[in-house]
Amino acid sequence: MTHAPQPPALQLQDLRKTFGKTPIIRGISMTVPAGERVGIIGPNGAGKSTLFHLISGRIEPTSGQIALNGQSIVGKKPYEINRLGLSRSFQITNIFPKLSVFENLRCGVLWSLGYKYTFLKFLMDLDDANDRAQELMESIHLDKKRDTLAMNLTYAEQRTLEIGITIAGGAQVILLDEPTAGMSKLETRHFIKLIREVTEGKTLLTVEHDMDVVFGLADKIAVVVYGELLAFDTPEAVRADARVQEAYLGSPVTSTSAVSAQEA
Amino acid sequence: MPFLTSFFLRFETRRAGAYMVHPMDLGRWIIWGTYALILLLVPLVFTSSLSQTLLSQMGIAIIVCLSYNMLLGQGGMLSFGHAVYSGMGAFLAMHTLNLVSDGWPLPVSLTPLVGGLCSALVAVVLGWVTTKKAATPFAMITLGVGELVWAMALMFPEFFGGEGGISGNRVAGSKPFGISYGPQIQLYYLIAAYTFVCTALMYAFTRTPLGRMLNAVRDNPERVAFVGYNPQVVRYISFIIAAFFAGISGGLAALNFEIVTSEVVSGYRSGAYLLFTFLGGATFFFGPILGGILMVLAFVLLSEFTKAWLLYLGLIFLFMVMYAPGGVAALLMMNLRLAAFGHLRRLWTCYLGLAGTALVALVGAAAMVEMVYHLQLNVAMGPELRFMGATLNAHGVSSWFGAVYTTVTGVGLFELCRREFVRQWGQANEDIEQEIKRRETA
Repeated sequence: MTHAPQPPALQLQDLRKTFGKTPIIRGISMTVPAGERVGIIGPNGAGKSTLFHLISGRIEPTSGQIALNGQSIVGKKPYEINRLGLSRSFQITNIFPKLSVFENLRCGVLWSLGYKYTFLKFLMDLDDANDRAQELMESIHLDKKRDTLAMNLTYAEQRTLEIGITIAGGAQVILLDEPTAGMSKLETRHFIKLIREVTEGKTLLTVEHDMDVVFGLADKIAVVVYGELLAFDTPEAVRADARVQEAYLGSPVTSTSAVSAQEA
Repeated sequence: MPFLTSFFLRFETRRAGAYMVHPMDLGRWIIWGTYALILLLVPLVFTSSLSQTLLSQMGIAIIVCLSYNMLLGQGGMLSFGHAVYSGMGAFLAMHTLNLVSDGWPLPVSLTPLVGGLCSALVAVVLGWVTTKKAATPFAMITLGVGELVWAMALMFPEFFGGEGGISGNRVAGSKPFGISYGPQIQLYYLIAAYTFVCTALMYAFTRTPLGRMLNAVRDNPERVAFVGYNPQVVRYISFIIAAFFAGISGGLAALNFEIVTSEVVSGYRSGAYLLFTFLGGATFFFGPILGGILMVLAFVLLSEFTKAWLLYLGLIFLFMVMYAPGGVAALLMMNLRLAAFGHLRRLWTCYLGLAGTALVALVGAAAMVEMVYHLQLNVAMGPELRFMGATLNAHGVSSWFGAVYTTVTGVGLFELCRREFVRQWGQANEDIEQEIKRRETA
């Protein structure tokens, strides 16, 4: 029995974005097979967040192709892309501040369970949505804060909730934009463990600044510098890549030692 | 008060839309039962024809303020054109009523519903453009649409009746059980029934997926788009539903006054909805109910007392925006919370002081306002006027000195009381926070 080859979860082809006359993304092509975890690194202003905005439909590319599970999503609205199974988090916490933790998660669940814009059903009767939100809340360890308004959570809890909302709809492709930004070392460690748990088996793209995080979490590393993909390979290969060391990690000698020092 | 305390411990964490999963509890039955009972019994307590008129208008105002709050409080949509929908409902209900008079087999009691459905249709047409944007652009578009309809009201006298408006007679069609809606009391009960059902339906809406997503759109439209919802569609459908209820309210107003003039679609009317919904309290579902009641009291009673009523209204609005942005409802709930934890008692001397000094300041300020109005409008009647049992001389130094002195004294003492109050209020709330923490850990 032969299966048709599964299309890659995400495929970018010569993706470009220009703001005015300034090119931000200058021809990025990459293929991410289903289930792979990709860490995206690069210096500030390299275009990592812009790349996420392009993929998630927040802004439209100037040219190039983006395919999600083999289907082109260029020109689609964020909610259409989300319905096709791609979900993202934001660098700046992006939650529903005046809703409780539970409500935040339930809002993330509703569409995927097919409730759409209905106003003829009561939320309390939607057992599947309530159960799913409850499960999620437990899996991100916020069940003790069930009824707390999101705006009253601590920063780390808000970041966690953000991840919860992102995975709530059951999307198979997850984009996390600097999930650990602003967290302490200890918080980051817990958080990375959590991300690993809740995104098990999914395709994951993470923008990260923290080297520990990226090398610990990703199967592959993509290095973006000045809007171009400098390298896209396994962590070991990327670490050994002289161009990457020069462009991003600093001069070759010190960076290698720095990375191995962190590793140790 | 263990019942109240447990209610507020839950309330603590549940307001702003974090309800449900628990079955309908006893408290809710009590609240809705009381609401129905009040609607039912209040005309038996206030029996004069003036109070029947007032009560009818209150029901109408309650519905329209609640519908306005679907936009403002629940959807974060600041509309300056809600009167378009209540007004169109009024016109279309009036035309329907006239058709009924001409022999259409429709019960008069259903004409408000026709008004509501027509308003919803108008919203289907105008709403898509209106809800395209949120926040400030939304407000601007509603203003524009409001002006547009207002201009059309003058352009099409066949439909809007021109200067004189269109009138009708609500005693028309069949009269089941002898109910003709001729006597005001019969109409009141029709309005009360509509008020109860509309309130219940609008409350139910807040607990549906769309109602909750509307809150989410209010909080963060961009995030909504990234969980699969089109924020504009959420706004659009909610906007249509709000217009439906506004139209019902307009239809009831048409029955109540038996005349509809183009004033009902004016920006002035829209402004009143905004003002009183805000005064009542946009952050709580029941706030606009208080707002509706206040609206009628202000428009009918306050305007009887004094010519300067709009000025007073403006002052109250300013004061509320600055000191109590949650409206009367929030003030009420904050004090109930205090009472539930048994801390209200230690504040009542403060309240007494606040009320007393505010009254002194108000009397002084009101004396000045009345004297200015008297000078401007009633010059022919001489400089003397009656004010709260005293005779003031608008040209007299002593009257002015007295008024200024009273005002300044009142304001000064009020400020002293206010500072003490703020201190005690903070203390009481701190105690409550600690109490809650203690119970949580216990």
